Amino acid sequence: MQVRLHNPKRDVEVSGPVQVTELVRILGLNRESVLIIRGDSLVTHDETLHDDDVVEIRPVISGGSR
Amino acid sequence: MKCKPCGQPAVIDIPRHRAAFCAGCFTTHCQEQVRRAISSHRMMGHSERVLVAISGGKDSLALWHILVALGYHVDGVYLGLGIGDYSDTSRDYAERFATLHGLTLHVVDIPADHGFAIPDAARATKRVPCSACGLSKRHLLNRAALDGGYDVLATGHNLDDEAAVLFGNVLQWQVGYLARQRPVLAAAPGFARRVKPLIRMGERETAAYCVINRIDYLVDECPMAAGNKHLRYKETLNAMEERTPGVKATFYLKFLDEMLPVLDGVAEEERALVGECSRCGSPSSADVCAFCLLVERVADSTAR
Repeated sequence: MQVRLHNPKRDVEVSGPVQVTELVRILGLNRESVLIIRGDSLVTHDETLHDDDVVEIRPVISGGSR
Repeated sequence: MKCKPCGQPAVIDIPRHRAAFCAGCFTTHCQEQVRRAISSHRMMGHSERVLVAISGGKDSLALWHILVALGYHVDGVYLGLGIGDYSDTSRDYAERFATLHGLTLHVVDIPADHGFAIPDAARATKRVPCSACGLSKRHLLNRAALDGGYDVLATGHNLDDEAAVLFGNVLQWQVGYLARQRPVLAAAPGFARRVKPLIRMGERETAAYCVINRIDYLVDECPMAAGNKHLRYKETLNAMEERTPGVKATFYLKFLDEMLPVLDGVAEEERALVGECSRCGSPSSADVCAFCLLVERVADSTAR
């Protein structure tokens, strides 16, 4: 499946099927720090993603002078 | 996973609540968290005029959306920081949201109104950009609220922001900062009341609220914030949160309940020291306020 990542913006290929929790772990991310979006909808951590899915892993951490 | 309130398929799970939600129930849940924060800290009333600080990011746009949904009279104010394409793009997001929802957005532009951009200020002061940015925001947003005759200024600080600031203040035992880290700062001469209605929502939740409610926000981070201390504190707290869901909320919310009352005396002592800036008349504990000093230093460095 195609997985879009941010900071820097890039696409990576990951083989499915894979559970969201496992995908986040493979990519070395913290589940508290990201949202997983399949197509244009959010998915929960127990969902399984497949080869034909288009997935975005969107960071949610803002920094700077809040 | 199933939605805890209604049993339909869930789209978001929130480990600290031990719950997952469908889109509709999550929207209701977020609005209820904000309603509860406003009510329990007596932040504002429905008859008051509210100004919300809008950056074009997830927190401020989610906050504006939620406050309108809860029936508040809310206008927005966008502060142009002069950070190149980032500022142009963030302003576009803020203006598009306001237009789409028929809301009023005021724009204050630091380069146009004060003759410098945040990167200039960082160079002139030889400090991190977030420092000049933060003090400019505090000064100019307060001024916008007072000049516009608003009763209250609302900002999009969320649970993660507040927990990270608290973590930093505790690491250095900044007692004065701790005493001032409140969800409501009461109005005082020269100060509009400031409130933080998102203190019960984590930033993963504000981002999810935007995705679910089709709120288009600027995902990219400010290029000047990369690697700053605040982000490192958030990473540390999130590493703990992943292993112990709820630890961030307990850390911050228990601070409000248990520690802030102990610090009331410190906050009063600090308030007693506040006078007036001899140049702009804003509240200041020094003869000249930090913003006027910043403007002066940038002007000096440009003249050299």
